[in-house]
Amino acid sequence: MINIPTFTLCSIGPWVTLTGFAILILMLDALSPKGRKAYFPQLSLLGLAIAALQTWRLWGQQGTDFARMVYVDNFALAFFFILILGTALTILISRHYLEDYGKNLGEYYALVLFATVGMMLLASGAHLIMIFLGLEVMSIAVYVLAGFFREDVRSNEAALKYLLLGAFSSAFLLFGIAMLYGATGGSLYLDELSKVLLVHPFSRSLALLAIALLIVGFGFKVAAVPFHMWTPDVYEGAPTSITAFMAVGVKAAAFAAFARVFFLAFPYFMVDWNMLLWVLAVGTMTLGNVVAIAQTNIKRMLAYSSIAHAGYLLVALVAANQLGAVSLLYYLLAYTLMNLGAFGVVILVGRVKDSYLSIYDYSGLGFQHPALAAAMAVFMFALAGIPPTAGFVGKFYIFSAAVQAGYIWLAIIGVMNSLVSVYYYLRITVLMYMRPAEADLGPVAFTPALTAVLLVTALGVMFIGIFPGFFYNLAVNSVKVFPGL
Amino acid sequence: MQLPILSILVFFPLAGIVFLLFLDRKNHKMLKLATLGISLLEFLFSLPLWFKFDNQTGAMQFVEHHHWLPSYGISYYVGIDGFSLLLVLLTTFLTPICVLATWEDIQHRVKEFMICLLALMSGMLGVFVALDLFLFYVFWEVMLIPMYLLIGVWGNPARRVYAAIKFFLFTMFGSLLMLVAILVLYFHCGKVTGTYTFDLLKMYAVPVPFYMQFWMFLAFGLAFAIKVPMFPFHTWLPDAHTEAPTVGSVILAAVLLKMGTYGFLRFNMPLFPQAAYYFVPLFSILALIGIVYGALVSMMQKDLKRLIAFSSVSHLGFVMLGLFTFTMAGLQGGIIQMINHGLSTGALFLIVGMIYERRHTRMIADFGGLSTPMPIFAAIFMIVALSSIGLPGLNGFVGEFLILLGAFKANMIYSTVAATGVIFAACYMLWMFQRVMFGKVTNDKNRDLKDLSWREIVIFAPLLLFIVWIGVHPNTFLDKTRATSESFLAMMEKSKAPPPKVALFQAFKGEAR
Repeated sequence: MINIPTFTLCSIGPWVTLTGFAILILMLDALSPKGRKAYFPQLSLLGLAIAALQTWRLWGQQGTDFARMVYVDNFALAFFFILILGTALTILISRHYLEDYGKNLGEYYALVLFATVGMMLLASGAHLIMIFLGLEVMSIAVYVLAGFFREDVRSNEAALKYLLLGAFSSAFLLFGIAMLYGATGGSLYLDELSKVLLVHPFSRSLALLAIALLIVGFGFKVAAVPFHMWTPDVYEGAPTSITAFMAVGVKAAAFAAFARVFFLAFPYFMVDWNMLLWVLAVGTMTLGNVVAIAQTNIKRMLAYSSIAHAGYLLVALVAANQLGAVSLLYYLLAYTLMNLGAFGVVILVGRVKDSYLSIYDYSGLGFQHPALAAAMAVFMFALAGIPPTAGFVGKFYIFSAAVQAGYIWLAIIGVMNSLVSVYYYLRITVLMYMRPAEADLGPVAFTPALTAVLLVTALGVMFIGIFPGFFYNLAVNSVKVFPGL
Repeated sequence: MQLPILSILVFFPLAGIVFLLFLDRKNHKMLKLATLGISLLEFLFSLPLWFKFDNQTGAMQFVEHHHWLPSYGISYYVGIDGFSLLLVLLTTFLTPICVLATWEDIQHRVKEFMICLLALMSGMLGVFVALDLFLFYVFWEVMLIPMYLLIGVWGNPARRVYAAIKFFLFTMFGSLLMLVAILVLYFHCGKVTGTYTFDLLKMYAVPVPFYMQFWMFLAFGLAFAIKVPMFPFHTWLPDAHTEAPTVGSVILAAVLLKMGTYGFLRFNMPLFPQAAYYFVPLFSILALIGIVYGALVSMMQKDLKRLIAFSSVSHLGFVMLGLFTFTMAGLQGGIIQMINHGLSTGALFLIVGMIYERRHTRMIADFGGLSTPMPIFAAIFMIVALSSIGLPGLNGFVGEFLILLGAFKANMIYSTVAATGVIFAACYMLWMFQRVMFGKVTNDKNRDLKDLSWREIVIFAPLLLFIVWIGVHPNTFLDKTRATSESFLAMMEKSKAPPPKVALFQAFKGEAR
């Protein structure tokens, strides 16, 4: 007889809802006549709103469900909020952009929702296989999305590159999981791993190998150096809205799993993976920031900047203390807002079919479109980590965590990297405010959705920068699930 | 209940910005009048600080303390003592003057300019009143953005972007290292006392081992030394000054540079007293190099603004020398010299701005004999130049004399070398004055220059008033800072101990997990 585990449907509500809405959209897409498909964004937003509501109802729960396969705890739920927020903003910036390309299709929204489901699985997986499943659900959807403009050569290149390298990295991850399976003698539950690994002294070398392989797998998804090679090309080639989605959602989800696995399963190997991640963090920050200086395509610049931000987030992982976990959550929230806002501006300035993607197209923007430029300036200063924005508070937490853990040099390298990043973020403001326009930019189509995104993100970046207390306490509440920290 | 004057001062300009946003951007006159009104109101609001300030105590006054992020020990904590009182008043006093000086100067993007000016004002006041390290750091960085825009948008087209970015990156470099030091200090204090807080006054009381003081003093010191600027971190200053619009230069010289010296007084020395004593020779010698080098380089400048910029390096060297004597005279002299430099150099930049408006050049060689067509201007210029040199009876003398006195007590050689700086100052200032103002009018374009208008005279009147006032009766101002200086010195004296011979390269231990 097959033993079916008991579960509460409620605890997996957000996934069920999003999957349901994604399937619904696919069905409707097939059934509804051409030209009547304009309501998909609204439908997906409705799904996300319901999922958010369900997440909110679950808030405060402690424990696992579905045969201990998923965690239902505040850490996962906090990430759900961040992911849902990121997805909702992505959908809001997508519609107008897709219409430009004549690609406002149902499957786009369905895929975005599927990817979100995968991300949420990643953030809450309690079993390594679950985490792998989440990773794949997310990745496959994003591979397709990256190549969504199928007539566009760059988009094709992006999809193919991402698929090939992504599959490769998934294999690494899976291989690492297999090693652990051997090392522990058959258990892949995160909460058991640490104990089992402790009592099996002979498994140490296997576990170390597994850790290294897992770092490769996760490092690929978060775009850490030296696993970052795909990032600039994929980010540049993918549709801008998907670039934003990848830079924010994929990264956040991968970091959630990264943190969960390493904090819960390998506390006894902290010395080993700390050293490795230290090197990765320094390399990621430095390469991302230094190479970003040389970019003249705004999407490439933001791609390298996202690599650099992955480096800062790795610093939080290296710190491996409570504050580090808090800063991870806080920074990802801030990063979601500021990066999606910046991509919103990129879409607006790029206008019809991304015709203006060079950073020099921002020349004189400050005086032709003051509101747009002001929003971009806010995002740039936030990404550079200048107060009173959320970006500053986030960096402040991250470097606090590093200092608290005794990694002063890491903090110093980190702040020096911020200094480098100031240069290229400032260059955008220089172009916007201090250079004459190269050509008349003409009118910019402020659709209500994009205006809303810019307003929400810009005000949000300022608000959680000036009043970080609420979110800080929320994050502190969420990371209590890691007793070892 | 007491009115929260300091909060009003910090946030009123921001309210002013909101007001400006509703004004018509085409109506420049209206915008300038509104900003003038806002800054005058701000000045009025700041007057009670002067009159209600208690001279007898060195403790913080007008204190406001509100929770901001209590779980992290961050609070909105502001207050002033004698040191900050004068600087706050200097800021609120100079801003209306700056607004008046923009009347003819700034003709495009006036609204944005005024917004930047008010934001800058808010940030500067915030820096001077903050008593929470986090709050201070926020203001310290926030204030960079409007200044960066002032230089970059309204500066000299040729090199403004270069100057703006250089200004930003230099300052950022120092402040980011300071941020790390702040964090190290925060966790150290938390570990020692058990309460994690960014409260500056509580941190004063926490003993810090010498090897930590050593490094943190350097980290904080770098941030402030860049801002002052001390030799060899001064290279951003001439560029920023030269490329900035007149008002930008005035604020930069008069207020922004003081943040560096103020930072040494408020943060570096009381937080790390042992290291402060340890570093007296290093910083004194750097200050001396600044004094002499700045003066010598000034002499050779062809551009008026660059000349004044380098003279700032020299004058600020005096301030730093005074502060690092740790004597009453040196300290009081240093503080009064901060104010003097704000008034005199601010006035000098205004003067250069005025002839630039008329002639669109700042090259000394293009001028000569200006005193014939512009007698009133010549008189004002003369007084300001003499005050900058340090003529007895004018403000510069008081500061420099006190500093030299203090330095003499501390170390005779320092004092002697510094005194040569005064002589050089006379050389470059008078020589410049002679080349610009005296002699025959050699350039025909200079023949019909208009003398100062009433608006311009109004700009200078209050500056001249204080230049003479401080020169004749400095006690009005010295009294305000005396008690603060005394308690500052007492606090420094208490922790004066020879630094223990320990390795400086000990690692800071993180907290146990």
